[in-house]
Amino acid sequence: MSSAATAMPHVHRDPKGAKIGMWLFLFTELLLFGGLFLLYAVYRYRYPADFHYAATHLDTFLGTVNTLILLTSSLTMALSIATFQQRKRKLSAWFLVITIVFGFIFLINKYIEWSTKIHHHIYPNSPELVQHTPGENIFYSLYYAMTGLHGLHVIIGIILLTVMCVLVARKPRRHVRVPRGEGAALALLDNSGSPILEESLGSGVTEVGFTLFDETDEETRESMLIKLENAGLYWHLIDIIWIFLFPLFYLIT
Amino acid sequence: MKTGGGMEKQETLSYGTYIMVWLALLVFTGLTVTAAGLHLGSVSIATAIAIAALKSTIVLFFFMHLKYDDPVFKVMLMVAILTLTVIMVLTFVDVLFLPGGPAQ
Repeated sequence: MSSAATAMPHVHRDPKGAKIGMWLFLFTELLLFGGLFLLYAVYRYRYPADFHYAATHLDTFLGTVNTLILLTSSLTMALSIATFQQRKRKLSAWFLVITIVFGFIFLINKYIEWSTKIHHHIYPNSPELVQHTPGENIFYSLYYAMTGLHGLHVIIGIILLTVMCVLVARKPRRHVRVPRGEGAALALLDNSGSPILEESLGSGVTEVGFTLFDETDEETRESMLIKLENAGLYWHLIDIIWIFLFPLFYLIT
Repeated sequence: MKTGGGMEKQETLSYGTYIMVWLALLVFTGLTVTAAGLHLGSVSIATAIAIAALKSTIVLFFFMHLKYDDPVFKVMLMVAILTLTVIMVLTFVDVLFLPGGPAQ
């Protein structure tokens, strides 16, 4: 592409558009899980007694603990955004770290739950389970499919938040390219106009690139904020899906 | 607290508000666990879903900033939820009238 003329490209930013895009994506997630909830509703209607009996074997305590963990992780996520808005960049990154740790604890609990079930030979199409009623088989198929898909979302959320944490923790930086004019020297001035850097350039240099670190750089901050907010929306959606999964699987005994 | 329609500026909620919202969510979790232990029979699933819906609304409005964002997000969410409801209700009603019904 032609890059000669565009030394300082105009940066187009549309935070509202970015947010609308994120919400539209979240709606597709809603439909994805909605289909599974519909399956659950239909089969629970068909096999109410089997579902109630099968649910008695799920660990309600671990389910409740995981609910509290995800709710608290949503709080730390919201606090990360709030602190970032108040220009407390480091604190914001720490809140993200806590959110990620909660995500891992959730997954560890899920691992304990699943492995205990599998240890008791309760998994889809296991020789043990196929001898049980059809309703119990469907209940456990749905349990593994829905909590599994949810767990996958938690993993993706953790990856997303880790990337955001690195971006937030880094000093705001901006890359600037300055085409060299006719002058042989280049000076970099601070806000008061006094030179920070003065450099005489060789005649072969046609362009000079800089990486500027600036805590007060509004443009970088705003583009970071919208990314952080969208990552937060994803994390909260994971929380909302669990809010529905929890009573429907663990609390129907 | 209320932002006028079409305002682009985002409101920053205080940390205290977020803590209160979190506490409310914990209370509702306790409530749903307690309600499930009461064996309310046919009402129990309705109670569980009602509490889950209430908790989700709290998360959406405060943690996801829906209360303070542009109203367009609320409208979009309503359309999405309505679509999902139509799909779920129509399919479920269809299943209701299929031969078979509850196995037990």
